[in-house]
Amino acid sequence: MSQVHLKVIRVVISVISLLLISALFIDFRELIPTVWADRILFLQFVPSLIGFITLMAVATTGFIFILVLTAFFGRVYCSAICPLGVIQDVFSWIAKTTGLIKRYKFKKALDYLRYPVLVITVGSLIFGGLFVLNLLDPYSSFGRISSDIIRPGIVVANNGLAGILEKFKIYTLFRLNLDLITWRTALIPVITLAVIIWLSLFFGRLYCNTLCPVGTLLGFLSRVSLFRIKMDVSTCTKCGKCSFACKSNCINIKTLQVDHSRCVACYNCISVCPESSIRYERAFVRSGKTGIIDNSKRDFIGKTLIYGAALAGISRRVMGQEVKERPAGRIPIKKNHPVSPPGSVSLANFTGRCTACHLCVTACPTSVLQPSYLEYGFLGMSQPHMDYSTEYCNYECTKCGEVCPTGAILPLTVEDKKLTQTGKVCFILEKCIVYTDNTACGACSEHCPTQAVKMVPYKEVLTIPETQADICIGCGACEFACPVKPHTSIYVDGNKVHQVAKAPKIEELEVEHTEEFPF
Amino acid sequence: MLSLFRSFPNFRKHIQVCHKLDTFDTCLFEIKSYNKYLVMKRRDFIRNSVGIGVLSGAAISMGKFSEMLAAENSLMQLPYDLVAIKGGEAAEMFDKGIASLGGMKQFVKPNQTVVIKPNIGWDAPPERAANTNPLLIGRIVEQCKMAGAKTVYVFDNTCSEWTRCYKSSGIEAAVKKAGGTMVTGSSESYYQAVDIKGGKSLKKAKVHELILESDVFINVPVLKNHGGTRLSVSMKNLMGVVWDREYWHSHDLQQCIADFTTFCKPDLIVVDAYRVLKRNGPRGVSVADVATMKYQLIGKDIVAIDAAATKVFGLEPRDVKHIMLAEQLGVGKSNIEAMKVNRITMGA
Repeated sequence: MSQVHLKVIRVVISVISLLLISALFIDFRELIPTVWADRILFLQFVPSLIGFITLMAVATTGFIFILVLTAFFGRVYCSAICPLGVIQDVFSWIAKTTGLIKRYKFKKALDYLRYPVLVITVGSLIFGGLFVLNLLDPYSSFGRISSDIIRPGIVVANNGLAGILEKFKIYTLFRLNLDLITWRTALIPVITLAVIIWLSLFFGRLYCNTLCPVGTLLGFLSRVSLFRIKMDVSTCTKCGKCSFACKSNCINIKTLQVDHSRCVACYNCISVCPESSIRYERAFVRSGKTGIIDNSKRDFIGKTLIYGAALAGISRRVMGQEVKERPAGRIPIKKNHPVSPPGSVSLANFTGRCTACHLCVTACPTSVLQPSYLEYGFLGMSQPHMDYSTEYCNYECTKCGEVCPTGAILPLTVEDKKLTQTGKVCFILEKCIVYTDNTACGACSEHCPTQAVKMVPYKEVLTIPETQADICIGCGACEFACPVKPHTSIYVDGNKVHQVAKAPKIEELEVEHTEEFPF
Repeated sequence: MLSLFRSFPNFRKHIQVCHKLDTFDTCLFEIKSYNKYLVMKRRDFIRNSVGIGVLSGAAISMGKFSEMLAAENSLMQLPYDLVAIKGGEAAEMFDKGIASLGGMKQFVKPNQTVVIKPNIGWDAPPERAANTNPLLIGRIVEQCKMAGAKTVYVFDNTCSEWTRCYKSSGIEAAVKKAGGTMVTGSSESYYQAVDIKGGKSLKKAKVHELILESDVFINVPVLKNHGGTRLSVSMKNLMGVVWDREYWHSHDLQQCIADFTTFCKPDLIVVDAYRVLKRNGPRGVSVADVATMKYQLIGKDIVAIDAAATKVFGLEPRDVKHIMLAEQLGVGKSNIEAMKVNRITMGA
């Protein structure tokens, strides 16, 4: 029986999964309910794994499912579920159809690269640093590319269209502000995308088989998976078509062997074989070659383990949230800590669990959640932080926690969120406009949801801000609204560990009712 | 005035059309829409970068027309300077009040475009009184539609995230139900730069195009406490038609609020004081900050109506600096005692 249908199934599933995940990351109109995020991302390996470590919940067991799936069917995760894998296939397909690349060739596995990368990633993960994992995790990389590059592109298109419709007085589409994107935070996704495009255009799935820690990890299992690609020596004519079609460069036509650790189960080889002699079948016997582990390899792994551990050690030290020098302004403000999103419990918890996929950045309705630059330190680069210079956190909103797949931001009820203190208000009287100019303002208090910033009588009819930090939740509304620029006179200093804020005091209102009109 | 007509052939043609219509009022409205048409034209000129000579010519002619309009508008007599209603439900109070001014047709003519500017500043439900009462806004939209309005736009440049404000205020639903169109106020591209000639501190502002282009502008603030300016009523509500309002806060807020009223003149003002945020304004912390007062004020003089609202709130106009400053700029009068006020008490 011909197994050509396998490729069709693979392509259909991969397209569906790519579209679903892309939609999630591009959804700038808040059309997808947050509950769908968990469902769509259930099978994504790294967020599920991190989420499992954090939450130990059923909703985060997707990675176990993937491990079992791989043990049975090989790296189907890489070919059909991983969004970064699928876009690489898209680029490879473009390269093939445009004639950029004619055929792939069998190559030896780059073991000296892929194993150290995996070891360093796992090592640094164990020692509390997610930096390496964040850079290499395919899901998070895809998330950043979609959220930071593709989404703005689509917003530009939306704005163009909205501009045309606006001329006809149609306001169903509306423009969104795009001034939030900076080159500093776009750096990592842009480099990642460039590498991905380059590799996938010319080298097929090289990224997945050298740099991707998930690919290498699943490779251990797919080596011994129940179902795998097998070549029938008796019917094979050694025409080489399967090898030319193999994006993973893992079919050795001379020895008629397949490196199953690199095979991503794309089934392209099956669909091109004229003799139907390459098949996807149960394998009871382990192929001889791949089973042998030589000692030099062991040595190498040992060394890289030590190296990885050392790197993790370094990463932990740099991880601390030290005071950051800011460009000098009139009177610079001194923030001791950045603000992590509500539900992230503490800075350490957040930076230790966030893979920087930027799903929360897309989901955040106010855009206050922005990829960080150096706010969390070098190794926390691109993990989202609360950027009160761009916006402030909506009092009634809990979306970031609802979509976060890793548990770096835990879901909060609205009631809990309203009492979660992510930071505290700090006020510098000498910088306040009411103090310096003797004119009315009150922008900070106006925006404050709890009146932790309250306007109290000052000179004549003027009022001036007074702060009460224990009822402040650190939403940043005051800092956002403060017209003193560039360094505001009121700001939020992050809490290293989030606190429970006191509820604002509610007093009875005394109203005297008059029967007559007062004029 | 006739010579003016002669010098603008297009306008003369327009007036001839107007003469076929019955009332002088209608004619006035046609003149007014022509003026607004010119504002649009000016924008197009700027966009197309037509020669500076043409531009300045248009500007001069504009100036003359505006003066003429100011004179003509005062000719249009309303039976009262101010209508104050109390004791009823928000929508019903409006029905009574507007009827006593001759009905909505006094303000909206068939086929005109209307823009309503409520306060939708905050992501808060109607009970919190941080936003204008949705029932009132719905009823005003209905009335405009019944008067023959072509389109009724509603927007605000909100302080909280706008889609949430539109939703939780109940205003979006009410407007859609009544046949109006909600428009975002949160895209800078909709805002056009204008000069505030009469301003002391505020000389320029970027104003939402619907305010500049619509035939009728109805300002529907909610009366509430404000930490910085004491009170937020009609004048303060106009900050929501402006994009670059951070400048106001850093350049004498009270003066800027007053300055803007020399430029932005609503055709009708309805002050919602059904629920009144008595403290912790303009956002409020909880429903405990709200008093149900069941008042409403309708009028055209922004100074008078804000002065009256101040008294409803329990303060004196002199306590609210921007009201006094606007009066000094000659925008309106705060002396309500000297005005024709219609006082309507509803309910028991």
